[in-house]
Amino acid sequence: MTITDQGPHSAPAGTQEKRGMNLTLRVWRQKGPQVKGKMVTYKVTDISPDMSFLEMLDVLNEQLIEQGDDPVAFDHDCREGICGMCGLMINGQAHGPQQTTTCQLHMRSFKDGDSIDIEPWRASAFPVIKDLAVDRRAFDRIIQAGGYISVPTGTAPEAHSVPVPKKDADNAFDAATCIGCGACVAACPNASSMLFTAAKVTHLGLLPQGQPERNDRVVNMVAQQDREGFGGCTNIGECSAACPKGISMETISRLNHDLLGALRAGARPKS
Amino acid sequence: MVTVTDSTQRRTPKAAKTNSVFKKAVMAISGIILVLYLIAHMIGNLKAFAGAEDFNHYSHWLRTIGNPALPGATALWLIRIVLLVAVVAHIWAAVSLWRQARRARPERYVTKKAVAQSYASRTMRWGGVIILAFVIFHILDLTLGAVNSAGSDGEPYDRLLASFQNPVVTIFYAVAVILVGMHLRHGIWSATQTLGQSNRRRELTVNYTATAIATVLTVGFLLTPFAVLFGLID
Repeated sequence: MTITDQGPHSAPAGTQEKRGMNLTLRVWRQKGPQVKGKMVTYKVTDISPDMSFLEMLDVLNEQLIEQGDDPVAFDHDCREGICGMCGLMINGQAHGPQQTTTCQLHMRSFKDGDSIDIEPWRASAFPVIKDLAVDRRAFDRIIQAGGYISVPTGTAPEAHSVPVPKKDADNAFDAATCIGCGACVAACPNASSMLFTAAKVTHLGLLPQGQPERNDRVVNMVAQQDREGFGGCTNIGECSAACPKGISMETISRLNHDLLGALRAGARPKS
Repeated sequence: MVTVTDSTQRRTPKAAKTNSVFKKAVMAISGIILVLYLIAHMIGNLKAFAGAEDFNHYSHWLRTIGNPALPGATALWLIRIVLLVAVVAHIWAAVSLWRQARRARPERYVTKKAVAQSYASRTMRWGGVIILAFVIFHILDLTLGAVNSAGSDGEPYDRLLASFQNPVVTIFYAVAVILVGMHLRHGIWSATQTLGQSNRRRELTVNYTATAIATVLTVGFLLTPFAVLFGLID
């Protein structure tokens, strides 16, 4: 066997270095929570298709800083698709045209000359802090209302002592992949947080450890999401189609089932 | 996971008076009552094909169900009361959730692209309003005869003919029935989901069943008026 000296990175001879893309961005600019915002048009040039969407915005911000302008505020953290921090409405779709997080969306999803509209998540429960950054603490408060299990710490039991059927474990894990990014709310025509809450209710409700608080959990979490000013679910399915983790509509049915059962059993939300 | 960057404004959101999922359950259960009624109503309508005598006899039977144990049209009035309660509950839940949704997104997107929503799910609200307008006309026309002088309560066959021989009425009826069909296409799926009876395995079956029921009802309701319009029934 002969080994030929053709590394994977050796460029074919004669190809010219490809120029990057030139794009027109229409970005929502809003100075603060109480100020009215508007779309502002910017041009970015020579964008590599290998850049992530956030790296493209970094390029825009460097450009703005050089010009002495205020850079565009947007949320981001791990840039690995697992923290739930980033999230933009890109051309009218939560996280853009691919079903993934904004940080994992790459510029190869766009063409040279494209115009891209970038907006924040829009929901009264997610007020804009600045530009594209929104306050998603409403989700934290929904979690505080019941998205936990009460266990004593310090005496972790042997994991195998409580058997969990494989199917339940799989479904609970699928629901637990929710990163709380808020794309479901952003995509929902009713600005409902149902998919988020349903993912948490499913995740804990399928496991033995979640049983003691199961009724109170669902009742309190739903009451809190209503209190936060999210809309009601009309089972349209935009949430699940936008969810970077592919949380299914089944979780919503499960939440409804648990909620109606809990109300029948007399569970009432804490006021 | 979530921002803690600024604490300028912790709104005190208006507490929802009634649990939104409970409202949806009211919507689902009242909707189921109305679908069951529609099935019975459609079967009744199809009796028009059996001729004037059978049709009028059916109408007479509706007014005497349970006689003599139940006096007069008691059963019919009980049905009407149940339907009225269901319609009011359905509209209350819909309006309340509609308003909640409007409050939940006061500022609209400049650009919004729908990925998953169907035409049926998008037209639930305005479609519902048009259906309500139709139902009011429909009762004035065929039940009360207020806009239709032919026939009588006990002998509705002539009233049916007079109404649907008018193409404008038939077309309004057809539009409303098609809207009802679409309303049910999304509504049956949504009710199943709201009552917690759907899951990944059943999802496809539920959706096919919703389409099947919606199609059967739409076609069933359209047969009679068009048969009248084209003179197949006279």
